Amino acid sequence: MTPLAPVSAACKVTLGLAFFVLFVAAWSVVTYGGLVPKTFLADPLTMLHEGYQLFAQFGFAKDVGITVFRVLGGFAIAALIGVPLGIAMGAYKPIEAFFEPFVSFARYLPASAFIPLLILWAGIGETQKLLVIFIGAFFQIVLMVAVTVGATRRDLVEAAYTLGANANGIVRRVLLPSAAPAIAEALRLVLGWAWTYVIVAELIGASSGIGHMITDSQALLNTGQIIFGIILIGIIGLVSDFAFKYGNRALFPWHAA
Amino acid sequence: MPHESAMSAGGLRDAANAVPPRGGAAASARPGGDHALAILDVSRTFAGMRGSAPTQALLPTSLAVADNDFITILGPSGCGKSTLLRIVAGLDVPTTGEVRLDGRPVRGPGADRGMVFQSYTLFPWLTVEENICFGLREKGIARARQAQIAAHYVATVGLAGFERHYPKMLSGGMQQRTAIARALANEPRILLLDEPFGALDNQTRALMQELLLAIWERERKTVLFVTHDIEEAIFMANRVVVMTARPGRIKAEVAVPFPHPRHYTVKTSPAFSDLKARLTEEIRVEALKSA
Repeated sequence: MTPLAPVSAACKVTLGLAFFVLFVAAWSVVTYGGLVPKTFLADPLTMLHEGYQLFAQFGFAKDVGITVFRVLGGFAIAALIGVPLGIAMGAYKPIEAFFEPFVSFARYLPASAFIPLLILWAGIGETQKLLVIFIGAFFQIVLMVAVTVGATRRDLVEAAYTLGANANGIVRRVLLPSAAPAIAEALRLVLGWAWTYVIVAELIGASSGIGHMITDSQALLNTGQIIFGIILIGIIGLVSDFAFKYGNRALFPWHAA
Repeated sequence: MPHESAMSAGGLRDAANAVPPRGGAAASARPGGDHALAILDVSRTFAGMRGSAPTQALLPTSLAVADNDFITILGPSGCGKSTLLRIVAGLDVPTTGEVRLDGRPVRGPGADRGMVFQSYTLFPWLTVEENICFGLREKGIARARQAQIAAHYVATVGLAGFERHYPKMLSGGMQQRTAIARALANEPRILLLDEPFGALDNQTRALMQELLLAIWERERKTVLFVTHDIEEAIFMANRVVVMTARPGRIKAEVAVPFPHPRHYTVKTSPAFSDLKARLTEEIRVEALKSA
């Protein structure tokens, strides 16, 4: 192997799939081989069967739907408020000086630790779930957007000034388009994190959702269902990631890949 | 405006010893009031970092630029020539003195002073055409008119067929041509260029010089051009302003007598070599001080 030398597309796909195959093979060996008792780890086929049962008999589609709704809802609210605030902070230094220390502090507050408080304040309904996602996503979005906007190439800003742009023109027609691809990339990352918060929120005080199913399955010692739930989250995350990447490429054709 | 017609190579030699050309003559003959641009005792001192002594980048400097003048500012690296240009552009503030454009003091950057930078400053998210229209859009000019103006300047810099290209698809020379078109489309009172061809290879650089000179000869813009390349300074200018090593000040002003339109072969004429030798000597002394 040569450092940094590229591989062909076919080779890349093959290698990527190979790891999945190895993973499932190792899993099969330890389960079918009896190395691990069925109580602790279900084998792959049992997992698939349990997954089918979940959808066929227990209306699992509704749980998946509500979980997706919670993630996207909390994430959308956080982005709708966080992106404009981040842009304002990145563009105007007094606004940054005002908010940045608090946001930096709040960013380290673990969203999951707020769950007991949020249950107290908002009950165990949808508001509480959305709030957990919001807290987990909002401060991260604000900071990442502010840094991105603040890092806009100064020479582009200067060029715009010499072309007659005023402050409003600089923000709207230089800072915004210049930061847009990195903002989209930040949102993609934060959406990934939002998926972990939603499951935590659903593990405690929920009556529906993928996380709720997982807690129920724990009580029933049904490891097949638990693993199916985890893998399903992984697949949904992967799909949304691909969609984001594809969307970014379509939205920002000028941006170097 | 009419000007001397093309001369033969032999005529160039004679011209070198003759009276300074129109641009230079106008600059020195006219009284102070009606210069397009007046730089009056402008100096710049940068505050010291962490208690160290402040750095004087530019000693009080005065320079008058007449209408349609093409002045190159020549100096060694770090002599404050870019600082001077940035102050004219309004991107930096003088410590003392002031810059006047048509008698009005410069208070900040504006569309009346177009600038081309050494670094590639095209907006990467805009196509060539959209980049050229940037200043026009800021002015609120109607779309149709913008397209007309853009088409004109795309043709001027020879980029027809590349209107829809994004900057990352263009070569360095094409990017700087677009940057020149973008500055010109705004119809600035004066065009400022800060080593615009500094990052280009020699062949491209020579072609770009000819292109810019041809535009100047056709449209008679007022131009202030910063460079550290002696040949470039002579070839482009009516007047070369030589600056000293840091802290910079104007050391000499040399009129360039070659008539327009200038052909690139003028670079190999004896008169050009003489001038080049003289400026090389001036610059060498300064470079030795700062090296």
